[in-house]
Amino acid sequence: MSLFSFFNKKSSAPTARERLQVLLAHERSTVGHSDLVAKLREEILAVIAKHVQIDNDKVNVKMDRGEKVSTLEVDIEIPLNADVKKDVKAA
Amino acid sequence: MAKVIVVTSGKGGVGKTTSTAALGAALAQRNEKTVVVDFDVGLRNLDLVMGAERRVVYDIVNVIQGDAKLPQALIRDKRLDTLFLLPASQTRDKDALTPEGVERVMTDLKRHFDWIICDSPAGIERGATLAMRHADMAVIVTNPEVSSVRDSDRIIGLLDSKTVKAESGERIEKHLLLTRYDAVRAERGDMLKVEDVLEILSIPLVGIIPESTDVLRASNVGAPVTLADKTSAPALAYLDAARRLAGETVPMTIPGEKRGLFSKIFGRRVAA
Repeated sequence: MSLFSFFNKKSSAPTARERLQVLLAHERSTVGHSDLVAKLREEILAVIAKHVQIDNDKVNVKMDRGEKVSTLEVDIEIPLNADVKKDVKAA
Repeated sequence: MAKVIVVTSGKGGVGKTTSTAALGAALAQRNEKTVVVDFDVGLRNLDLVMGAERRVVYDIVNVIQGDAKLPQALIRDKRLDTLFLLPASQTRDKDALTPEGVERVMTDLKRHFDWIICDSPAGIERGATLAMRHADMAVIVTNPEVSSVRDSDRIIGLLDSKTVKAESGERIEKHLLLTRYDAVRAERGDMLKVEDVLEILSIPLVGIIPESTDVLRASNVGAPVTLADKTSAPALAYLDAARRLAGETVPMTIPGEKRGLFSKIFGRRVAA
């Protein structure tokens, strides 16, 4: 049995190859502009904060890289009693 | 016209210095004037691998800072009079290499040599980017192993963006040198194969250097492996790689794949 399992031991190189392909496809697209998500988050928040008071901890930004398209998901909690900044609105 | 080659990898310990020495000696044996330049300031080792550690008086930082003239810092190899070494300094000052200083030294070297081979330090910091800065061609030393392949991919990205060639819209010639390759383990499925690494990195292959005790033996005695034993498997592989760098067409062989009948039958069964 042990001899049989020795001959049938799954080879590891295909796993290495697959892991590298997935990792590098991702890294090639992010290196250089890896701060894109952070930047988008910051600017989107700045725009919203102009109008309404928001809690920085209640903001969720998610990025999903697909083969052809990527999606950016921005989830912001705005409490019912949020202060609407009337002065900005008026301006 | 002088050709500048950078030997680089990102990851440490994959064989940059060994390869610099071996390729340098191989090119010099073609009767072309060759200099190997150590960019690993702080941790110089090319002098040791070349067997010139006791002859270092001045180094590249002395030349940059004007304390020595270039000819004073160049060390001529005792075995090959077409081969020279420009050692790195052992200063801990990371800013000892300046972009302007390196440019001056490279311009000066280009006037005197056919081949300038720059041994890059590991990493992607200043030393590594300065080593690749003026290169016409890059030899990317890679082991058939995940972390080395990943780091090589990063280095390829830097070569395409941070070199003078890339910045002026030209293409830097990139060559993959696969080192420490073990054909038997690759065949067994426990090591990335040549074609796997080629497919992932998609740059042309310039040579496959087998894992071999001859490499350590050569560095023990301070000789480039292409001078220590010219008939050893790694020496033959480096000599072929140097001919390819010089533009010759040399058929690629995978060292260690010529197996006897016994290992052929046995190897197949294990791989199945």
